[in-house]
Amino acid sequence: MKSMVYRGPYKVRVEEKDMPPIEHPNDAIVRVTLAAICGSDLHLYHGMMPDTRVGMTFGHEFIGVVEQVGPSVERFKPGDRVMVPFNIYCGSCYFCTRGLYSNCHNVNPNATAVGGIYGYSHTCGGYDGGQAEFVRVPFADVGPGLIPDWMDDEDALLLTDALPTGYFGAQLGDIAEGDTVVVFGAGPVGLFAAKSAWLMGAGRVIVIDHLEYRLEKARTFAHAETYNFVEYDDIVVHLKKTTDYLGADVVIDAVGAEADGNFLQHVTAAKLKLQGGSPIALNWAIDSVRKGGTVSVVGAYGPLFSAVKFGDAMNKGLTLRMNQCPVKRQWPRLFEHIRNGYLKPSDIVTHRIPLEHIAEGYHIFSAKLDDCIKPLIVPNPA
Amino acid sequence: MDEIPTPYTASIGPALKEPAEDLRARIPGWGADLDPADRPSYPREQPGIQTGARWDFPERQEERWPRERSVEHAFVTPVFGTSAPPKGVSGAVRKYAYKYSEGRAAHWLLLIAGDRIDAWEHHLRSLATLRPDNPITETGVLSEFSRHGVSSRFGRKRTDLSHQWMDPIIAGVPWALAAGGLVAAFKAFRKRRTA
Repeated sequence: MKSMVYRGPYKVRVEEKDMPPIEHPNDAIVRVTLAAICGSDLHLYHGMMPDTRVGMTFGHEFIGVVEQVGPSVERFKPGDRVMVPFNIYCGSCYFCTRGLYSNCHNVNPNATAVGGIYGYSHTCGGYDGGQAEFVRVPFADVGPGLIPDWMDDEDALLLTDALPTGYFGAQLGDIAEGDTVVVFGAGPVGLFAAKSAWLMGAGRVIVIDHLEYRLEKARTFAHAETYNFVEYDDIVVHLKKTTDYLGADVVIDAVGAEADGNFLQHVTAAKLKLQGGSPIALNWAIDSVRKGGTVSVVGAYGPLFSAVKFGDAMNKGLTLRMNQCPVKRQWPRLFEHIRNGYLKPSDIVTHRIPLEHIAEGYHIFSAKLDDCIKPLIVPNPA
Repeated sequence: MDEIPTPYTASIGPALKEPAEDLRARIPGWGADLDPADRPSYPREQPGIQTGARWDFPERQEERWPRERSVEHAFVTPVFGTSAPPKGVSGAVRKYAYKYSEGRAAHWLLLIAGDRIDAWEHHLRSLATLRPDNPITETGVLSEFSRHGVSSRFGRKRTDLSHQWMDPIIAGVPWALAAGGLVAAFKAFRKRRTA
């Protein structure tokens, strides 16, 4: 089968790989019909995520058709159209049985700090991902869902990570009616977080980024007020002024480890890997939220030391909430919102790239060329 | 005296920019999830949640090679990924990294060192195959010409230009060094032949 393969930092190619075998009775093999590159794939692509091995196939956002099922699979049969959450989880451990699907303890031997994620380094379990023609899906009876007949493929695909994660980011903010919500990052997750903040009753939603075309999308798609931090000497002071010197009630960090804005921090973190990421977005979040406010983090950070303003967070009496999103818990409500016309996730898709050209896809997305917001990968374009 | 800003007095907060009814009219679905108790992951932990699992502990997947694992795990988890088994020098470094817990910097720094060695091993090995690593096609750099590389970057107030110039160096150095090494080896070989 054709498969995207990592060849080292900034380098990927398509290779012929063996079809994934059934390795466990509850496995399914899924023929991928549509996949995506996620902003967090860029951390892998840039060589920032520890234990990312040459030869691995990335991709934790994909939908497809069941090709084959293991002997104990009861919920699916070959031919079923399925959407697969990015979390790999067993459904039976201490964490899964409490609803913390993203924190499963039975699927990642490499680390206890994180659950299993498709195509996301060995630190997240060493599973090949869905930027390929076929993919192994463990615990088929627990993770995947049937794609409803009424749902568009592209909407289903965005329900595997980006939309639930953005919605979850807003949910972690504990937004109350009338709250001022600031979202750092106008990528797919930030856009969905901003849009979701309104569903939860925000009175004002502000999105911060440095890419003008993304801020434009935040205005049109997410109805948000936007500020380009490059235009301000100090974006935190500006946010204080625009909130009558109070600060925001809720700040959502939808940026994570590769925040731009400080050259030195970017170089030491993203380039030299001496920190688990640049703490700029997180520090700006801590600075710009009001005392007693909530900071919600859905941006991905590496495990190493970072100079985060934890003392300020304590002095300000903040609530910091964060996690990888347990995707399937968000689905029923998000399905409703899509059916009601409140959300149309595929509105953010800008590029549809054949699997053969995935190296260009990664470069376009990483370098932010061509006004790219969300690139999809098509394994077998008609 | 001017108006005193919000945080200095017992105010209820800054005045709403828009009343709820205006927001509801302007934004589809505004307030649909207004009740925090009626949001999907509330409460965060719900013991006994139905997941679809029909097992107390999953059957164990066959371990076809000694699977490296975190020392914070009691055993190799019943299910695991089988992509890219550890091999060569990078494999040895990675296995060694797993002797340290996730709380130790050594664990992560060794893994990152293993990643760099891994890339080098594969670049060098690829030069002896019919499909050597190709810095042009694998970096997707040709999209600079087809996808508005110049106009996407300049005149746009982007802040990441300050470090983007380093990316080609990071991606290109292994090739430059490998090419230099090959040239040096070829020269040394010719010198020996003509001596």
